[in-house]
Amino acid sequence: MSTATADIHEVPAESRVHYLNARYGIKSWLLTLDHKRIGLLYLGTITFMFLIGGIAATLMRLNLIEPQGALVEPETYNKLFSTHGIVMVFFFLVPSIPATLGNFLIPLMIGARDVAFPKLNLMSWYIFVTGCCCMLYAVMTGGVDTGWTFYTPYSSTYAHTSVLLAALGIFIAGFSSILTGLNFIVTIHKMRAPGMTWFRLPLFIWSMYATSMIFVLGTPVIAVTLLLLGLERILHVGIFDPALGGDPLLFQHLFWFYSHPAVYIMILPGMGVVSELIPAFSRKRIFGYSFVAFSSLAIAVISFVVWGHHMFVTGQSVYAGLVFSVLSFLVAIPSAIKVFNWTATLYKGSISYQAPMLYALGFIGLFTMGGLTGLFLASLATDVHLNGTYFIVAHFHYIMVGGAVMAYLGGIHYWWPKITGRLYPDLWARFSALVIFVGFNLTFFPQFVLGYLGMPRRYAMYPAEFQSLNVLSSAGASVLAVGYVIPLVYLIWSLKYGPPAGPNPWKAKGLEWTIQSPPPTENFEETPIVTEEAYNYPTVGGVSV
Amino acid sequence: MSEHPGHSAHTLHEHIVPVSTYVAVFIALMFGTALTTWVAYHNLGRWNSVVALIIAVAKMLLVVLFFMHVKYNKGLSRIVIVGGFFWLGIMITLSLSDELTRRWEINPAPFNMILPYISHLHLLF
Ligand SMILES: [Cu+2]
Repeated sequence: MSTATADIHEVPAESRVHYLNARYGIKSWLLTLDHKRIGLLYLGTITFMFLIGGIAATLMRLNLIEPQGALVEPETYNKLFSTHGIVMVFFFLVPSIPATLGNFLIPLMIGARDVAFPKLNLMSWYIFVTGCCCMLYAVMTGGVDTGWTFYTPYSSTYAHTSVLLAALGIFIAGFSSILTGLNFIVTIHKMRAPGMTWFRLPLFIWSMYATSMIFVLGTPVIAVTLLLLGLERILHVGIFDPALGGDPLLFQHLFWFYSHPAVYIMILPGMGVVSELIPAFSRKRIFGYSFVAFSSLAIAVISFVVWGHHMFVTGQSVYAGLVFSVLSFLVAIPSAIKVFNWTATLYKGSISYQAPMLYALGFIGLFTMGGLTGLFLASLATDVHLNGTYFIVAHFHYIMVGGAVMAYLGGIHYWWPKITGRLYPDLWARFSALVIFVGFNLTFFPQFVLGYLGMPRRYAMYPAEFQSLNVLSSAGASVLAVGYVIPLVYLIWSLKYGPPAGPNPWKAKGLEWTIQSPPPTENFEETPIVTEEAYNYPTVGGVSV
Repeated sequence: MSEHPGHSAHTLHEHIVPVSTYVAVFIALMFGTALTTWVAYHNLGRWNSVVALIIAVAKMLLVVLFFMHVKYNKGLSRIVIVGGFFWLGIMITLSLSDELTRRWEINPAPFNMILPYISHLHLLF
């Protein structure tokens, strides 16, 4: 891609200075301004939060093995699903790809030495950790039972748990999102290497740009909403409580104005990762580059005008329901553009099924299922039947776990050799990708059926006729848990015992692959000059080689 | 590029605002706050919110234009500001599309008026 590519040859990671061994000690990490190290700080933090959210999910699934609840009191069950939702959404999925891979890769991909505001970047991590601590403290001192949506009056008039503390945690963590988004937008505008024009940018950068737009435009609204909630509870200012002259639906409008776009904060980075993986493992230029790029922006914009589809049965006016239903269908267009372009990229490609590619292919299938079942829920009439059932739970887990988490793991596997300079055992990685795919479908497909049959979500007990499907789902959850533990083991193993990866183990295109792994602290010894488009893989007679 | 010191000369044309401007804006903001408080003690009926909002918007404009330097910045900065307000507009408009239409009938009146005529159409066939 640049002139620097020609003279790159393998130097053992131990014998040269790179960002991991340039400085040692706790202080060198806690005070680092290096975007790569900050990405790793985030990686550690969100992995821990994923563990917390995962434990809550495991306990829930265990409880649902028996119709009358096998494990916990209904009150405890309420706290378990609330903790699971809040931790996974606000403290894992929202920062997952942007704060880890985004932080690590954006400067590398655009040929910069760091992000635009390195100190702001470190500050955002400290803010995020403060938010996490707040949330964990809330969990330890009584927990929250409102669900991750904090609907009033559960969170206001009738709240008797640590609602405000959890809300404060989200409020604080939100500022780390805003700062990260701001940093990325300025970095992408101002720090691109010479020759790196907008239409030569890797599609991951386009998706991070679109995500940052949502961070900056949406997150302040959830912060203000939670602040208003606090004002009402502490000072009794009437905002959401009808008895004080407020409107309970106003909370839902404000909450979903952020929280629907937040779904795209989770999935857009995943789409960006998949847009890197598919060309790399098909050895082909992406089909319809500009369509994939602009569909990211289209998704970001449209995501802000569809939130009312969460409120079809909560008392929103029929007219507003109609408007939001029509607008919601629009999101399907840019999403479908992406899926069609990825599959068209595969066509006549020279495909290899290494672990990251398995995750990418899993993403396409599961995201498509999640997206298409979303159309059921955007239709007013079917939503009346399906709203508040397990159908919804299955739908958004296909997007958030089948989509976002699959892409996150695919991205971690793809860039792990670059991040650590080490290779992991590919066979184990493929095996775990398969286990996760099987476990995921076994967990969540039965929930589509359960929801269609009318089993409501968020209950600790259920009628006996739903037991066999629930047991299937719980069995799937245990398979899924095993699937998540295997990568944790071999990735940590590879840190010490993995063979050296070399600069470009996948023979992939992109500036990040033109430098040593792990990269030197300053990324590029000389500022690269970009002379070609992204994904410029060699082809013979239209067929990739 | 920020890493090339040679380029910074023509990328950094930061407008230097005299301190007196900041002081004047600050005094104007304080005056606005005092005015809001004073107005709050007078019942203007339906104009209560209108007057409070007019003062608030004027103060907000002062902050955005002078303290946030939007008056001196062109191009991208203005697009960002306009974008922010546009998004606020989306939030208010679509929320009101619920709030203002809650009393609407499921069958709007004009449809009810022609319904008796349509329902006899089958007699023609
Ligand atoms: Cu939504």
